[in-house]
Amino acid sequence: MSLSNPAAGQGVTTQQRFAPVAELGTAALVLIVVGGIFMASYAPRHAPLAVPIGLAAASAVLLAANVVMLIRTRGLAWDKFFLVGRWTLLSYVIAAGLIEFAFVKDHTRGGPLVVLSAMLVLFAVNVPLIISFTVARYQSVRRDAS
Amino acid sequence: MTDTRVGSSSAGGLLTHGENGVSTAVPPRPVIQIVPLKGLPIVAVVLGLLIASIGFNWEWGLDFNHVAGGALWTGIDLFVGLVVGPILGRLSISARAEFSARFMPKMVLLMPTLVAMTLASGFQIALNLGNLKASSPNHAWLMVSFVVVGVMAVIALGVLEPANIAVLFEMRKPQPNGEVIGKLMKRFIYTAGITGLMQVATLIIMTRVASQ
Repeated sequence: MSLSNPAAGQGVTTQQRFAPVAELGTAALVLIVVGGIFMASYAPRHAPLAVPIGLAAASAVLLAANVVMLIRTRGLAWDKFFLVGRWTLLSYVIAAGLIEFAFVKDHTRGGPLVVLSAMLVLFAVNVPLIISFTVARYQSVRRDAS
Repeated sequence: MTDTRVGSSSAGGLLTHGENGVSTAVPPRPVIQIVPLKGLPIVAVVLGLLIASIGFNWEWGLDFNHVAGGALWTGIDLFVGLVVGPILGRLSISARAEFSARFMPKMVLLMPTLVAMTLASGFQIALNLGNLKASSPNHAWLMVSFVVVGVMAVIALGVLEPANIAVLFEMRKPQPNGEVIGKLMKRFIYTAGITGLMQVATLIIMTRVASQ
């Protein structure tokens, strides 16, 4: 591990390499957003579900890969990760709930509602993951002093 | 090696020696609250109004949320990206840090609230007016606006908001690392052009939709 600025204190590692969790999370978010746009473009009719299901599944695979990479990550400030994670998760669950409420209010039912709900779950988990990882990676504890 | 620390570690201010050897008082660094708790009740009221407007299909409420939220969102985005940002870039590191410490926590609450107001009410208005139907002359414009909003959502949620909160955490440290803050703040500079372009596109699309 190398430090480009040891004078900065706090053990901040500015060159420590981490797995591309934020990048992968953003890619998963893009898939959800594209799926959401696809479904919304058909409103008030029901959209064909094959495309959004495929996009949601691909996003879920990326999220799972992200979780695996996170578990294997060393040197991350896990306390900050969970601190930020739980509050952002709360706020994005509320946001996702608001969107779900709007679609239920607009008589979205059956398959489209299930796909939409799955996409909202992925959204509500993905964004807090990106935010908390970004915070935690820069709060990482220096493991060696050299 | 250049010391890139921002501000001092003192919560109560400290004395430094200027070029003429005279001691000068350095103002204390502001205590940073990442989420301004005083703003949460206001957000709750605004979101309550939004939910009520959607729930009861309240025409004035939907219009208010969409127009007020959209105008503020677009205005703030363009003003910050094109006016405040370039000025901030020319300030000293300590001035930038002090401004950001007071400015960014407010943005943590303000922008998501404005975005929620605008998008949720906008979708409902479009649905009520029949603008989403494939036969509507506004359908194509609204599809383009969905894409524009999608691009802005990915930039905001995947790039800017994580950087904003990470900067605030860094600034709370006794000795913030200016290098880390600078690296994260570059995201705002890189994306300002795209966000500005998307907001101008939004203005064109929405005025177009309203006039058809």
